[in-house]
Amino acid sequence: MSVNKETVAKISKLARINMDDAALERMVPELNNILDWVEQLGEVDVSEVEPMAAVIADKLTLREDVIDADPMTGGGKRDDVLANAPAAEHGFFGVPKVIE
Amino acid sequence: MTDFTQLGVKDIRDGVASGDFTAREVAESFNAAVDAASALNAFIVATPDHALAAAEAVDAKRAKGEELGAMGGVPIGMKDLFATHGVQTTAASHILEGFSPQYESTVSQKLWDAGAGMLGKLNLDQFAMGSSNETSYFGNVVSPWQKAGSNAAMSPGGSSGGSSSAVAARIAPAATGTDTGGSIRQPAAFTGICGIKPTYGRCSRWGVVAFASSLDQPGPMARSVEDCAIMLGAMAGHDPKDATSLNRDVPDWEGALSADLKGKRIGIPKEYRMDGTDSAILDSWEQGKAMLKDAGAEIVDVSLPHTKYALPAYYIIAPAEASSNLARYDGVRYGLCDLPEGAGLQDMYAATRAEGFGDEVKRRILIGTYVLSAGFYDAYYTQAQKVRALVARDFDRAWEDCDLILAPTTPTASFPLGSLNDDPLTMYLNDVFAVPASLAGLPAMSVPAGLNPDGLPLGLQLVGKAFDEQGVLDAGLAIQQRAGFEAAPEKWW
Repeated sequence: MSVNKETVAKISKLARINMDDAALERMVPELNNILDWVEQLGEVDVSEVEPMAAVIADKLTLREDVIDADPMTGGGKRDDVLANAPAAEHGFFGVPKVIE
Repeated sequence: MTDFTQLGVKDIRDGVASGDFTAREVAESFNAAVDAASALNAFIVATPDHALAAAEAVDAKRAKGEELGAMGGVPIGMKDLFATHGVQTTAASHILEGFSPQYESTVSQKLWDAGAGMLGKLNLDQFAMGSSNETSYFGNVVSPWQKAGSNAAMSPGGSSGGSSSAVAARIAPAATGTDTGGSIRQPAAFTGICGIKPTYGRCSRWGVVAFASSLDQPGPMARSVEDCAIMLGAMAGHDPKDATSLNRDVPDWEGALSADLKGKRIGIPKEYRMDGTDSAILDSWEQGKAMLKDAGAEIVDVSLPHTKYALPAYYIIAPAEASSNLARYDGVRYGLCDLPEGAGLQDMYAATRAEGFGDEVKRRILIGTYVLSAGFYDAYYTQAQKVRALVARDFDRAWEDCDLILAPTTPTASFPLGSLNDDPLTMYLNDVFAVPASLAGLPAMSVPAGLNPDGLPLGLQLVGKAFDEQGVLDAGLAIQQRAGFEAAPEKWW
């Protein structure tokens, strides 16, 4: 499978990255090189195995289901959460108008 | 007077504890060395005050007769992928330039609690994506090593290139690294130092800028196996804030270190003998076998049949996870925001991300987005995850015949900066020997083996069973003692 300029334009839109024509043109052969190379995975017989997502068979740990189980991630951190926001206003993240 | 910058972790810790010198003297020496080494571009920001404050705290504790901690009085470099409270954390990207975390990563906090101080935040490949440290928004890191008879700037490897350069140049006794597909081991090999990626989950990922979450793993980089064992002990441990953190006791790796390998079987995977591997690398592999045999181990041939498929599987899985992880950089919550005149929310996202990400990062986000998109998910992503299972199964089968695996860390020694930039694929091949252990989540270490005919360092890699960092460190120690690697780069910076 290979990609053309239209496909790369579509992917860049899905990925929310602006790309002009020149950038798209440049990216097409680069992505195709990589995609051609990963194509070889198709020749591997994978009929016996399940897809692997977790490498170490250890149970995922869940936190206790209580408020503020960990004070760092529990909540009540509004000012910390907003400290690096480019446009925080009135205790909220600021964004361009989305509703007319 | 002792030149403190020649000392490693153990010597500094023990010297401070026994009162041979103060932690403050050590911190001052390293701060000055960092200040004088700007030509390496290893640090994005220096934090001399942090190093001094930590040192003074250790000296004060000693005066009161208190415990100084496993890293007491040791100033280290912190890869700029770890969130540090109030100290800019960028992942070497423009999109996070100026980001000041309101919290401390678990690993860095553990190191400070163990008495370490911070010399500064170390440069890296942008979002840890790269194998040469040429994708940083803050410029290339230069290796302190040069080819004999040349002054061409060489790559320190990547992505932990600031870490490897700083430790090899002796402007930091040790540094943190992170390894997703070789980012600790390959730079360690390129610069003649040690680095260990522990079992996936040993070190918490909380507060580490995410690249590919099923692979990312922090680890130490230092100039000796002992120093790595000490620092790993301080970094590891269960963290409830990371759901994939291993809930297991941290062994006393330093205390149990032993270079006696009697009864150990070392596997030599035949598939790692690949076309394009330097003859000097193959020679050092042979020497490595002889060293481990001399230490009492038995050498056995093993097969890891899916080795050649590990790298292409990695280049689907890692970009897929990255495209998802990096969706958080939206210009709203932190970091850069590019809001063109009259733009709406979607335009702002796309403009911010176009401006804030470098080319390699964009390339991987696009690949990841493509392989996860409707219609391609099974052909690419599910297939890669199945191949990952086969790569892991290869190791499980090999463990029936051996306890550890010995292989080269990289197919070549370091290369001049700028020499591999024409084709992303050529760069990816640097990690061909490192990636299989990453996909399988296994502990793996690079130790210096010697110099090639150009006078550049070569590394040997040891891969162990899950949770057997001790076996990896022990075999690393056996090689270290026999290779007697004492070479240091000649100072030109």
